[in-house]
Amino acid sequence: MSTVISVSGLHKSYGANHAVAGIDLAIEQGEIFALLGPNGAGKTTTVEILEGFRDRDSGEVRVLDIDPATKGRTGQAWRDRIGIVLQSTNDAGDLTVYESVSHFATYYENPKDPREVIDLVGLTDKADALGRTLSGGQRRRLDVALGIIGNPELIFLDEPTTGFDPEARRAFWQLIRKLRDEGATILLTTHYLDEAEALADRVAVINRGTIIEVSTPALLGGRATSLATVSWRDGTELRSEKSANPTQLVTQLSTQFGGEVPELNVKRASLEDIYLEMIGISHE
Amino acid sequence: MSKPTALSIGIQRGGLEIKQFMRQRESVVFTMLFPLILLAIFGSVFSNSIAKGVTFSQYFVAGMIASGLVNTGFQQLAIMIPVERDFGTLKRLRGTPMPASSYFIGKAILVTVSMLIQVFLLLAAGVAFFGVNPPTSAHKWLLLVALLILGSACSTILGIAFSNVPKSGRGASAVVSPVVIVLQFFSGVFFIFTDLPHWMQQVAAIFPLKWMTQGARSIFLPDSFATREVAGNWETGRTFAIIGAWLVVGLIWAMRSFKWERD
Repeated sequence: MSTVISVSGLHKSYGANHAVAGIDLAIEQGEIFALLGPNGAGKTTTVEILEGFRDRDSGEVRVLDIDPATKGRTGQAWRDRIGIVLQSTNDAGDLTVYESVSHFATYYENPKDPREVIDLVGLTDKADALGRTLSGGQRRRLDVALGIIGNPELIFLDEPTTGFDPEARRAFWQLIRKLRDEGATILLTTHYLDEAEALADRVAVINRGTIIEVSTPALLGGRATSLATVSWRDGTELRSEKSANPTQLVTQLSTQFGGEVPELNVKRASLEDIYLEMIGISHE
Repeated sequence: MSKPTALSIGIQRGGLEIKQFMRQRESVVFTMLFPLILLAIFGSVFSNSIAKGVTFSQYFVAGMIASGLVNTGFQQLAIMIPVERDFGTLKRLRGTPMPASSYFIGKAILVTVSMLIQVFLLLAAGVAFFGVNPPTSAHKWLLLVALLILGSACSTILGIAFSNVPKSGRGASAVVSPVVIVLQFFSGVFFIFTDLPHWMQQVAAIFPLKWMTQGARSIFLPDSFATREVAGNWETGRTFAIIGAWLVVGLIWAMRSFKWERD
């Protein structure tokens, strides 16, 4: 295992706005790492610094052992090894999927086969369709195809499934896992917590320019040991209780009701509950 | 696979740019046919001679060819690039190993091809329908080639530089087109230059279109007409020097201001 992205003490201000206020981060090879945070938290700025689109004020940043701010030939060689899928783009409407993908292949030293990539993202039937005739989800898959055509070691995915229907999202998640299984490291930013939960090996929650916590989706924010909510019907009343020992409570209830507990429900905090709590707390 | 060069990628981009251009029917019509429509209108309305052996159509075709350099280079790019900036095309390209120069080579190829089609159409229509005479000597043909190369290069660079002025892709046409149309009026494309008010002539002389137009007249009009120019001769040397100076200005301006994404 080697570290693909390492960041320490990263700062970036826009005027009085301290958008990134001291971020440390280490992302290992072969993991899917999700960056979560509300709009304006410094997520986009951080990712754009990592992608080499934005300058930083201070801090150490290494991406594939290169400083992303590197220009010239070294910078170009570095770009050969990364793939970037930006937020909604809407270009090349007058080119077919195959024309776009095969053209982007010429930018790279060791590109994947354009036909294979088009198959991989599920656009086989649309290979000869013009970009402007694609649906939102198909368009997004073309964006991914263009991002991975260069056979990248590291892939940046920015809000990849915005506007997808549930079925398309699942297919897309399969694709991302497949890319990881082929050895790529993936940095994902998303607003969908179920997406982070389904895909990410680790997540980082970022707010107000700093990272609050880095953990696995299952352990984030003490989720595994958080109180469970037990709810049931007591006559006409719907009751609920938070408990550290839900099994014990359910046993008690079962005795009390003599077997079945009416409308019994035991619920652990979802990633979304934990996340909202973290964001809320850090606002105070 | 061997490492692709900036030039080879640029040439491929040029092919792609032309393909996209041809698939946008509105822009083909606007860029290519509109000047022909103007030629038809002006050629029909002003059918008189303005000097011995010089019809207004002949004068107008020279101006329209110079305008063609501005339309296919400056106007086309200064409208197209802001749209690409808005759509994320430029940012996406910036994220790939594509050398920046390849993008500009692609644009230059697009401009060159559309410029050649434009000039050919104007000349062909002029000769076929409005009695326009093509250049009369090898020397003038050579001068035409030189004017097209330098003028088109200047126009391309200025279009790239000016692409940073419109705030958005949607507003680009509204910002760029008036600049071009006003310059056309001031530079003697639609009217005889020497008939224009003195101040207008002086303003026009700052900008390259006036010199492209005058250069085109020196190619398409008989040398006897040179005495009717402002300076009493064609000023060929000055013409090329000023267009060349604008090319340098455009180059510095473009290198300093070009942005790959919207702020």
